[in-house]
Amino acid sequence: MPILSFVTFAPLLGVAGILALRCLGKPDDPKTIEASKWIALVTTLATFALSVLLVAQFNPNDPGFQFLEETPWFGGLYYRMGVDGISVLFVLLNAFLMPLCIIASWNTIKSRVLEYLIAFLILETLVTGVFCALDLVVFYIFFEFGLVPMFLIIGIWGGARRVYAAFKFFLYTLLGSVLMLAAILFMIGTTHTSSIPELMAYHFDPAVQTWLWLAFFASFAVKMPMWPVHTWLPDAHVEAPTAGSVILAGILLKMGGYGFLRFSLPMFPNASEMFTPLVFALSVIAVIYTSLVAFRQVDVKKLIAYSSVAHMGLVTMGIFSGNVQGEQGAIYQMLSHGVISGALFLCVGVIYDRMHTREIAFYGGLVNRMPWYAAVFMLFSMGNVGLPGTSGFVGEILSMTGAYKASTWTAILAATGVILSAVYMLTLYRRVVFGTIENPKLETITDLDWREIVIFAPLIVATLFMGVQPNSVFNLTASSVDQLVRVYQAAIGA
Amino acid sequence: MTLSQDLAYAYPEIVLALGALTLLVVGAFAPKQTALVGGAAVLVLLAAAYASATQPFGTAFAGGLISDAGATFAKVAIYLASAVAIPLGQPWFARRGVRSFEFPVLILLAALGMGMMASSGDLISLYVGVELHSLALYVLAAMHRDNAKASEAGLKYFVLGALSSGLLLYGASLIYGFAGSTLFPEIAKAAAGGANTGLLFGLVFLICGIAFKVSAAPFHMWTPDVYEGAPTPVVAFFAAAPKLAAMVLFARVLANAFAGASEQWQQVLVAIALISVAVGAFAGLVQKNLKRLWAYSSIANIGYAVLGLASGTSEGVQAMLVFMILYMIDVTGFFACLAALSRQGRAMETIDDMAGLIKEKPAIAMAMTVFSLSALGLPPFSGFFAKVFVFKAALDAGLWGPAVAGLVGSVVAAFYYLRLIKAIWFDGSPGAVDKPPVEANAIALVAALFAFPVVIVALGWLSPAAERAAQAFGLV
Repeated sequence: MPILSFVTFAPLLGVAGILALRCLGKPDDPKTIEASKWIALVTTLATFALSVLLVAQFNPNDPGFQFLEETPWFGGLYYRMGVDGISVLFVLLNAFLMPLCIIASWNTIKSRVLEYLIAFLILETLVTGVFCALDLVVFYIFFEFGLVPMFLIIGIWGGARRVYAAFKFFLYTLLGSVLMLAAILFMIGTTHTSSIPELMAYHFDPAVQTWLWLAFFASFAVKMPMWPVHTWLPDAHVEAPTAGSVILAGILLKMGGYGFLRFSLPMFPNASEMFTPLVFALSVIAVIYTSLVAFRQVDVKKLIAYSSVAHMGLVTMGIFSGNVQGEQGAIYQMLSHGVISGALFLCVGVIYDRMHTREIAFYGGLVNRMPWYAAVFMLFSMGNVGLPGTSGFVGEILSMTGAYKASTWTAILAATGVILSAVYMLTLYRRVVFGTIENPKLETITDLDWREIVIFAPLIVATLFMGVQPNSVFNLTASSVDQLVRVYQAAIGA
Repeated sequence: MTLSQDLAYAYPEIVLALGALTLLVVGAFAPKQTALVGGAAVLVLLAAAYASATQPFGTAFAGGLISDAGATFAKVAIYLASAVAIPLGQPWFARRGVRSFEFPVLILLAALGMGMMASSGDLISLYVGVELHSLALYVLAAMHRDNAKASEAGLKYFVLGALSSGLLLYGASLIYGFAGSTLFPEIAKAAAGGANTGLLFGLVFLICGIAFKVSAAPFHMWTPDVYEGAPTPVVAFFAAAPKLAAMVLFARVLANAFAGASEQWQQVLVAIALISVAVGAFAGLVQKNLKRLWAYSSIANIGYAVLGLASGTSEGVQAMLVFMILYMIDVTGFFACLAALSRQGRAMETIDDMAGLIKEKPAIAMAMTVFSLSALGLPPFSGFFAKVFVFKAALDAGLWGPAVAGLVGSVVAAFYYLRLIKAIWFDGSPGAVDKPPVEANAIALVAALFAFPVVIVALGWLSPAAERAAQAFGLV
């Protein structure tokens, strides 16, 4: 059974179902809307079950690609799918977050619900496709078309400056991507293959590598996002609806890191080595500078958005350290950040749904009225800071160990980011949750309801499980990462 | 070669010419039977498409007419696109009180001219083809004669078109003078190893004339005005098929007559391509009228097609052919959408008019979104594959600078396509939209389905068919 295609395209069955309902019934009928929500939820849950099955069948000892599919398409291109230890967990992460997004939007999205659900389901297909594609062109199609549903999600269901944010998101990302497209076409023209595994084995001339690396970097650095091309992210996050932010931070940003691991390191190792100082410098700036920026934010969502940029700085640092600890740490950090930042945006969503403001100064003393919320928010804040016992710790310590082996100063400077993240997260937590209620509007605020508890429960479990049982993840990634590092080290002659 | 042998290579032209003349007579005696004439004209076009698909390959009329895979590929596409124009245009005119049987006949004559352009083998038949199709188009642009804007568009098109024909003819005469023949193979002998100054002069004039016809910058000035003024279904027609015919003619001249001078014309084409992309991208940013906007979009897109041709390789010609076919379907579909939409009888032509369209007319709104994203070059829509072919050909030919510049230009252009999508999806609707006419609605939706998902499958045969067609042009 072509399980990868099935996991990838399963959400489209939900789209078909919703469209069928839309055509049969009246579009604004509450029953149709309710039924569509259930269709979307069941579809995403089924996709999650399928991807759990995928991970269960995955052979962790095989460093290569598994579940391969290959069908000829046109002009020498193939529809190729496959996953290895690096990509398989991102498929799982995506399928894990999507049902939560659907539940999180259950009552908060009131206009054009069907389109909203369809956009999310299509997005799920595209994101899974990005991680499963083993053909450059197929990869690019999934990668690039993901812009459209996200553009619509921000632009239709977003906040006051949604149009500006949507345009900025789209155009920034597009500019990066077209340069990557040029590089992709050049690579196909030179090597006469678009197969990613074959290209990973191909040795490009170092001078050519430099250009190709820069073109791919343009795309992934924007996606990641790295300083200084990160400015679209805070805007997009602030304006996006809660579930949109969860997907954006939780999974879309990871495409950048995945791209570095899948393309930049294995295909252009010499250029990667040459540009490592640049990446390290940008990462350190991202960690320190955006942490400071985060500290000065007055909007909760913007603060978490900047904190995402800082955490992604650690990821790029880990990836380009070029050793096993760095790569493992980067992958772990991405997975952990996917869970924790998603959860933090949901935490913001909880109070935003009640008070319709994200201004930090508006809140204070929430612990008095919302003890459960305070506990949940505390856990994820600690996870974001990287407290041992949470998943955030494992990723950070490994990325920094890896970076330390590659460049001592980078690691030392980046380590200040951990302190800074504690500064801004704890300050945020203190100002929002602790103290006494001063704002009379908060007197009536209610604690988490059962729906929100259902959303947070799996996220809490994931954060803690990954915090104490990192080996269950490393077992899956180890052989692929080992091979990646071995090939990379051999190519740069270290 | 006897006349009957010659005629065997010209069946599509014979079918079209006889059909057009017969229908003209029928129309003259029964002027009320416009639907009959229109239906018959569609059949004539389908018959011509069939005739060209089954035609033997060879040259006729002492080399003036070429029948090869390239001509066949182009002619089938041209005739089918022309056949779509009739059901799209005739009811549109009828609703506005213009019940003329001349419309289908003019489309037939234009198709005849375009077919000749695609299979011309010397400068004379080239010029005859160009003039025949241009004259028909001038009349079509002014068809809605009670409308001041349409008359203005027709006149402007005619005056500027005549100028370009003059350039073309002047170039042709120079080439004839320096090569001693109007036949492409003879010119190729004279131009082998690089064109001399006189030939080059003639070639540049010829290129200018053709660039005018395909509306490539800096010869694009007529396009926005004519697109805006001309009746929408007519724009749907002349934004599609004539562009393909002129691009194939372009490829013919460059490949069959001036292959030896490829290094010389390559620079000219790269310049035309990049200026077109830049003009189309930047000038489009300030447009509010969708017809003008799409005029600039077409200038940019022709820039990409010319870039494919500039590669000077068989792969480049193939890329250009695939690009033009996919682009034709997009542009026809988009103008069919515009022809279908009106609010209280007033045509919706500006970006603001499209506000909230997704709530009013979801199907057409989706179709317009698809065409916009496709023109933007976003996967998985047809425009993306079109661009992939062109840029790959350009990169393989070593034109990496122009290719990257072209890609960056597409990001600039993305802004105006997004503005349209923003209006359709984000904004609130100012009022109900009239029920769209069946035929325009159907054409728009079929074209949108082709842009995605049919294209995913269709590329499997379009790409090899274009490859065979491109090989007929004889470039490496």
